[in-house]
Amino acid sequence: MASVTGESVRGTARRSLGRTRPRYGELIIKVLLFLAAGLSVATTLAIVASLIPPTVEFFQRVSPIEFFTGTDWTALFKNPKYGVLPLVAGTLIITGVAVLIAVPLGLGTAIYLSEYAHPRVRAFFKPILEVLAGIPTVVYGFFALVAITPILQDYLPWDVDIYNGFAAAFVMGIMIIPTVASLSEDAMSAVPHSLRDGAYALGSSRMIVSVRVVVPAALSGIVAAVILAISRAIGETMIVAIAAGNRPNWGWNPFEQMATMTAYIAGAGQGDLPTGSFEYKTIFAVGALLFTMTFVMNLISIRLVRKYREVYE
Amino acid sequence: MSADAAVIRAAVTRRLEGTGRPLRERLFHVLLVTCLVVAVLFLVVLLAYVLAKGWDRLDSRLWTEQPTARVRRVDQSGVQSAIFGTIWVISLTALFCMPVGIAAAIYLEEYARPELWVNRLIELNIQNLAAVPSIVYGILALGFIARGPLGLGFTVLTAAITLSLLVLPIVIIASREAIRAVPNSIRDGSLALGATRWQTVRRQVLPSAVPGIATGSILALSRAIGEAAPLLLIGAAGFIAFNPDGLDSRFTVLPIQIFNFVRLPQAAFHTLAWAAIVILLAILLVMNSLAIYIRNHYQQRW
Amino acid sequence: MAIAAVLVAALAACGSDDDDGSSSGSTNTAPQLSGAIAVDGSSTVGPLTSVAADLFKEDNPNVDVTVGVSGTGGGFEKFCNGETDISDASRPIEDDEKAACESKGITYAELQVATDALTIVVNKENDWAQCLTVDQLKKMWEPAAEGKITNWNQVDPSFPDEKLELFGPGTDSGTFDYFTAEINGEEGASRTDYSPSEDDNVTVQGVTGTKGGLGYFGFSYFEENQDTLTAVQVDSGNGCVAPSAETAQDGSYAPLSRPLFIYPKKESLTQPQVLGFLEFYVANIDDIVSEAAFIPLNDEQKAKLQSDFDTLKSAS
Repeated sequence: MASVTGESVRGTARRSLGRTRPRYGELIIKVLLFLAAGLSVATTLAIVASLIPPTVEFFQRVSPIEFFTGTDWTALFKNPKYGVLPLVAGTLIITGVAVLIAVPLGLGTAIYLSEYAHPRVRAFFKPILEVLAGIPTVVYGFFALVAITPILQDYLPWDVDIYNGFAAAFVMGIMIIPTVASLSEDAMSAVPHSLRDGAYALGSSRMIVSVRVVVPAALSGIVAAVILAISRAIGETMIVAIAAGNRPNWGWNPFEQMATMTAYIAGAGQGDLPTGSFEYKTIFAVGALLFTMTFVMNLISIRLVRKYREVYE
Repeated sequence: MSADAAVIRAAVTRRLEGTGRPLRERLFHVLLVTCLVVAVLFLVVLLAYVLAKGWDRLDSRLWTEQPTARVRRVDQSGVQSAIFGTIWVISLTALFCMPVGIAAAIYLEEYARPELWVNRLIELNIQNLAAVPSIVYGILALGFIARGPLGLGFTVLTAAITLSLLVLPIVIIASREAIRAVPNSIRDGSLALGATRWQTVRRQVLPSAVPGIATGSILALSRAIGEAAPLLLIGAAGFIAFNPDGLDSRFTVLPIQIFNFVRLPQAAFHTLAWAAIVILLAILLVMNSLAIYIRNHYQQRW
Repeated sequence: MAIAAVLVAALAACGSDDDDGSSSGSTNTAPQLSGAIAVDGSSTVGPLTSVAADLFKEDNPNVDVTVGVSGTGGGFEKFCNGETDISDASRPIEDDEKAACESKGITYAELQVATDALTIVVNKENDWAQCLTVDQLKKMWEPAAEGKITNWNQVDPSFPDEKLELFGPGTDSGTFDYFTAEINGEEGASRTDYSPSEDDNVTVQGVTGTKGGLGYFGFSYFEENQDTLTAVQVDSGNGCVAPSAETAQDGSYAPLSRPLFIYPKKESLTQPQVLGFLEFYVANIDDIVSEAAFIPLNDEQKAKLQSDFDTLKSAS
């Protein structure tokens, strides 16, 4: 319904409703709040500023073609190869599987808690789910390695490596369920009842109201939750390092060993590399690529939300 | 609206709703419950796993004794320095990231004009920062906070600032959604009565947004309490036998201690690590309970 | 007794570099030392130094020792930046690190405090590879083996037809550096198609679960898992030698016995707690190594440790 133009019309109307004589306290508050928001910009600037020089130096020695199309990443070995595709593949596979697990389960749980469950049930289970988000990633990693992988090896008819991406992605999906579920549930709970009541009064069933009325109204929050969950999955290092192995692997089979961009960054950043060396610069090059990829993803998501968000009041 | 009113409302709604296609409705309902059950099941399995592995070392020595690397004395070892370190660092992190995060969210939702490119850039920025791997924050903090312009050294304060920057996007995004969800009629009514923008925010919008903000804080601090990689880079110790005594103190935190013990060859250290995980979860539960209490207290449904 | 007490009091009071003869044991040091000591570096040597700190704290409760495990390279970076007093290292300091220290005016000594026997392990069911020559190991691990040597019978025709699965530490580990330097002739030169891990316990898991598995890590990881893994004897030209504390000490387990070091900073010795700690470390090295379950130095190495430390103390 309402769009961006609607919002700014609103904004103008609101401004004319407010006091016309300026209060300086208001101005100070506005400045303070702006600074708080500006802190995030400062952080990004710092990250970008740290990323650019080493990345530039990296590309002076390594051709972008090798970087973007090569399928071998052996940057820290004696005869290094700098094809980043295996790391990208690893990131995409693991994040993809994790999201495939977390989003349906998370959304389903959120809809249930918000629309179907008795309020006391909701009050009980919501915090319980949030505990999943606090379990240390070391636990998830070891659980994947010693509990999930053997099950996969025993029950699946095809070859499963002892380190594989699927086990890591599976537990990662479990870890991010609360992010999807809890934030989506908050968004859905905040949808005004008048909307539901109107739909019910027209004879809609609960399923229809949940899916056709509440979810679209809460879309902004739901998308934010999913994006946040994806971001968490992309940035996760420990689970991958323990359970997926550390060998960059160019291929699309999730049951093989693989390495992600972030696992590489964490491994190389924490290790023995002298900070001025060329090997250390590879961290920044991979980091810059990751940063750009997530930037594009977020740009698309913000556009999508802006386009489809329904504002009812 | 209290919990009782919510119950009444639920009952009334059930009367109102249409029957739809009963089989489909049933299936959908079952599907949804399955989702919840599966999620809770995973949690139970994980917690049981952790408890089983750490059970042999779950005793009061964990918080009364300092850690030791002496192989023959592992049974006497505790993780006191890590427990205190975690409490110090998380408290400071909460102190920094919550006010700043909520303030930024208020700015973006209440004051910023969305047509201005500056504000859209900030919004995009914050979302992007949520995907940056934690180790990058560590590298950043090493260069700018521990050394560099701020020069705070390898201290508890540095750790808190680093973790705050890491989880700030979560707080901001969740708070923003919470503020966004407050119906505009509330704001308009307040302004029409002559309140200023800030008064409206403080007295109308924020109290209604508390539940969402609380959720964001829970998720943010849950993330922060389990982080090891960025803190290792800014000098959190692997072995330390004293508790922090000030903002400028060296420190360690439970995830780092756990990570260290788990990598040692002797099995007794591994069991100790799992017991420390149980302690970490206990601290997390206490922290979450506080936030949940606040959330339930302020819960409103429109 | 009285002389020892006076000497210790003098040490505490003016922190001079006088020769000290009172390093008799882990008790009876007057507990007036206080202050902080910052150590960082190798995660292999970290446990050893922290045991030293532990024992030291019993008599000196006011001294706060922090031991970091940022890795040998990370440790040197902080050390040459003036941020730590002692650096733990599982390899000798490199040239560019030396230059960095020099540029900041930091002088130090290299003290060997323990030995490690890099152990090659195979699965318990592996009954054919009880002893491997250095050449066979090189054939398995060198960069040229990548993609080609995938079966045990390629390493030696007498070995059975069993898939060769290799496990080991990652490229940023000192263990990796040392192994590749000794076996493949160049640090960092290795085939890349093996299963690397940051955590040697995970390598243990890998080899235990794979019949044709082979991996390498420090001796203590083998010691802990003797009932599920077999240590391979290494033949460097003088017959098959099994890794053990004795063969590492007398040097017969070659070339995979590696020294473990600490690098104390000369300029920190003016602080009494640092000097006291190092004195304690050197004097009680046997106790410390035993408590940490490392491989101790032999007598010759111990004498060298003491003399190297004395040289550092008296240097100007």
